[in-house]
Amino acid sequence: MIVSIANEYSVPVSEVRAIIDFYHFLSDKKNADYHFYFSNNIIDKMAHSDLLVLQLGERLNSIIQQDPSRVCLDETSCIGLADHAPAALVNGRPLPALNPQSIEEVAELVALGRPLDHWPAHLFQVRTRICRRSWLLNMSLPPGESLLSWQTKGSATILQELQASQLRGRGGAGFATALKWRSCEEQHSGEKYVICNADEGEPGTFKDRVMLSEHSDWLWEGMTLCAATVGASKGFLYLRAEYAYLLPQLETSLQVRRDTGWLGAALKERLGFEFDIQIVLGAGAYICGEESALLESLEGKRGIPRIRPPFPTISGYLRQPTVVNNVETFIHAAAIISKGSDSFLQLGTTQSKGTQLLSISGDCQRPGVYEYAFGETVEQILSDCGADEVQAVQIGGPSGQLLGPQSFHLTLGYEALGGSGSLMIFNHRRSLIEVVNNFTNFFAFESCGFCTPCRVGTALNQRMLTRLHLKQLRQHEIQLLEESVRLMQNSSHCGLGQSAGNSILNLLHDFPETVEQLLNTIGDDNEARLVQALQPAVQLRKS
Amino acid sequence: MSKAKLKILTSSLAGCFGCHMSLLDMDERWLELADLVELVRSPLVDTRSQSRCDIGLIEGGLCNEENIHLLLEFREQCKILVAVGACAINGGVPALRNRYSVADCLEAVYLHGLNVTQPQIPSDAELPLLTDKVYPLQEWVKVDYSLPGCPPPADAFFQLISALHDGREPDLNYVNRHFD
Amino acid sequence: MNKQIIIDGEVVTYRPGQTLIQAARESGIYIPHLCYQPGYHAIGSCRVCMVKVNGRWASACTTLAAEGQVIDNRTLEVDAHRKQIVQMLFVEGNHYCPYCEKSGECDLQATAYELNMQEDHFQHLYPHRSLDTSHAEVWLDRDRCILCGLCVQASAEQDNKHLFTLGGRGTATQLLVNSSSGQLGETNISAADEAVAVCPVGALMKKQSIYSRRSGERTYDKTPISKLEFKA
Ligand SMILES: Cc1cc2nc3c(=O)[nH]c(=O)nc-3n(C[C@H](O)[C@H](O)[C@H](O)COP(=O)(O)O)c2cc1C
Ligand code: SF4
Ligand code: SF4
Ligand code: SF4
Repeated sequence: MIVSIANEYSVPVSEVRAIIDFYHFLSDKKNADYHFYFSNNIIDKMAHSDLLVLQLGERLNSIIQQDPSRVCLDETSCIGLADHAPAALVNGRPLPALNPQSIEEVAELVALGRPLDHWPAHLFQVRTRICRRSWLLNMSLPPGESLLSWQTKGSATILQELQASQLRGRGGAGFATALKWRSCEEQHSGEKYVICNADEGEPGTFKDRVMLSEHSDWLWEGMTLCAATVGASKGFLYLRAEYAYLLPQLETSLQVRRDTGWLGAALKERLGFEFDIQIVLGAGAYICGEESALLESLEGKRGIPRIRPPFPTISGYLRQPTVVNNVETFIHAAAIISKGSDSFLQLGTTQSKGTQLLSISGDCQRPGVYEYAFGETVEQILSDCGADEVQAVQIGGPSGQLLGPQSFHLTLGYEALGGSGSLMIFNHRRSLIEVVNNFTNFFAFESCGFCTPCRVGTALNQRMLTRLHLKQLRQHEIQLLEESVRLMQNSSHCGLGQSAGNSILNLLHDFPETVEQLLNTIGDDNEARLVQALQPAVQLRKS
Repeated sequence: MSKAKLKILTSSLAGCFGCHMSLLDMDERWLELADLVELVRSPLVDTRSQSRCDIGLIEGGLCNEENIHLLLEFREQCKILVAVGACAINGGVPALRNRYSVADCLEAVYLHGLNVTQPQIPSDAELPLLTDKVYPLQEWVKVDYSLPGCPPPADAFFQLISALHDGREPDLNYVNRHFD
Repeated sequence: MNKQIIIDGEVVTYRPGQTLIQAARESGIYIPHLCYQPGYHAIGSCRVCMVKVNGRWASACTTLAAEGQVIDNRTLEVDAHRKQIVQMLFVEGNHYCPYCEKSGECDLQATAYELNMQEDHFQHLYPHRSLDTSHAEVWLDRDRCILCGLCVQASAEQDNKHLFTLGGRGTATQLLVNSSSGQLGETNISAADEAVAVCPVGALMKKQSIYSRRSGERTYDKTPISKLEFKA
């Protein structure tokens, strides 16, 4: 199969193999009839996903034994349904809010060999939970409003307005959107591209998913506005494979825009430029959310981050000037240009204007998407979503920060907590070491493997955290852990490696009591560890 | 006035004794060392003192339960523990078995090995059990210094011991710093 | 016009467009490196050439020299940092120098000596990687491959054979051979290929010429890599 693909595309066989091995959802074998991917984020684990996997495994065991090509039970990094945990995908379709009853039902359907199209719809139903609306989500944005504004004002004014709004990217890094667009606009050579980053791979984050399913038209508007402003004629939505089930409705809403003259060839007559958007699916790699890795992936390669500079606005897709923005950034840009930036500027803080979408999950009564003006305290947010007895929160996903109550007075915004799109909540019954261990496993699985500190460091951290969890880490090894994290922070090639150890340092430094408990027993367990090390030999001697 | 003699322990765990041979290779410089150190527990001498030592020179990695018990004991007994040689540092040649399971190793040797006449995996209770893999020393205890090499040159031992005796931070000059 | 930067207190001139490591080399200053070799594109993956530029960490092979840069290169802090990166490379693979055919001629080992590495520091990963001895002239021992990508470039651009790719991800990243079986035996690689010559470690090796020099007479036995860099 690999050889025939290589021939078809005239690429080396090794190249095909390299790509299959890189992307989690690619394989050189035929997929099973029912291929399950259980989300393995800590939020899913807290909702007992492991037990459900076991339950399904037991129920389907005889089928799997008989014919492994029928069912495969697999796991994968967070699938963007932390508000519906525990969740899984089956052949790309979402199975949200699983419980023992629904697992029973699923097992039954699989045993009957029922095609997914004939499964009851409720199994797949993802309910949109927008729990708090503010500036953006209270808005109505008719198609074309910002484009008409562009038509009357021109690119220079649009860039000025965007700059005046001080809009910053919502994909994590918080780069000024106007600067990015301007830099691309200023390039004279070549075809330009507008790319929306809908990879949303940061575990616990799902606000882009909600925007894509509820307000895709706003996104198309924002991307088209960007294209008009910078002079691009082609756009891509890089959609993570985990969201492939949104594809039909996204294609439909694109078609509606074409039919109503806001996209494609019709734009030419109306506004004097042509622009269309193509949706491209990822294939299971968190690193492809990093913009330069995304570009590589879009070009059909392994998602290895590029050397920057040059930045994408100068040399992006196919080395042409390219704007890459997050879903929410494009939507905010369209809203600002449509409605003017005054009301936006009134919200937020000095360095962080306007509002932001937060994905809230974990130990709270009302998980979902919340829109907050920057400047809100963590404390207030916790009270709004009904979170009690909170031990810690992880803000900004695993690459963000693990905060304890002493930091709940901190506020949303680039000044303090960064441009974080998610908040995962852990109450007093949770083990923080389990939380951090889960994140560490995530990074070890998702490191692209390009540079030494991250490739090796994530693997070392994973082993050390697992042993810390088992109370098997020696006192002197805590220092190794810190050294490994520092090396990653200082010398990794991209943001993944640079931030992968954040929560480890947070745990070691900000939760002295938790670590104390682990430290107390460090080294006391030689016997337990020895028993473990001798296990295979003992087993052999018995038999 | 000369300082007190350093009490030294040496041992070979999962090693080939090559490091000890190299230690002996110091030849006449042993006479010099004799003023600085005293071997209190070592396969090179008859004494088996359990009292506190200043330096433990440990050759070889850890491949069975006995190795690990001994190492833990040495760590308790010695103020300074030195991993001597490639095997103590990264498992060395014995660690080649780390790509196979314990069962595969034992079966390859005792069931399917060359010239095996009575295929049987030895199970005498006296025999130490093998660990799941061969470990370097530092994965079980804190190691204070390491002497790389297979074996480390006699001169490297001398540099280390004399530095520790004089209270200097030990270091190896370029030619003594080799991994083979 | 020549411009200037400062490396460890020394004024170094550079031409616009040069990277730090290129500028340093021209002035006879050694910055440790593995995945970068003169004549090859820098990809910046091994991170051994990390320096501090005005107090911030940067890889010398991918950072352009620019006016006003003050660079820490062989300081205690920077070398200690590099040593740990090299230690990571050691624990990541299976490096048994005592019997390795490349020992004494190996850039990884020599860089470790240069940085005064005496132990491996981190936990060993002991990966299970495959060995390819299927070709008559060349073998590939992935246990020792440091994923530097030099052979990939050399085979594509100098040998015009495109025999290698780096594939997979994370610690499962490995060097793949471009043949339908994935084996070297099926390829037209030759012992004279630049891809073999450029391998800095004992991963891609010529079959006929191993252990040809005695211990004590090998390239790095007596002379550190930092001194040899500027010979030849
Ligand atoms: C490891 C990594 C993963 C990332 N994942 C995403 C992502 O899923 N979505 C996203 O919009 N940005 C992600 N980013 C940030 C992008 O690199 C980039 O900054 C962003 O798409 C720019 O858009 P913005 O300016 O609108 O924020 C990631 C960055 C890193 C380092
Ligand atoms: S930091 Fe990690 S993800 Fe980023 S390039 Fe390096 S290995 Fe890849
Ligand atoms: S490749 Fe180099 S470092 Fe690795 S075992 Fe061989 S000589 Fe040692
Ligand atoms: S085989 Fe050698 S040259 Fe090729 S990637 Fe591995 S270490 Fe580098």
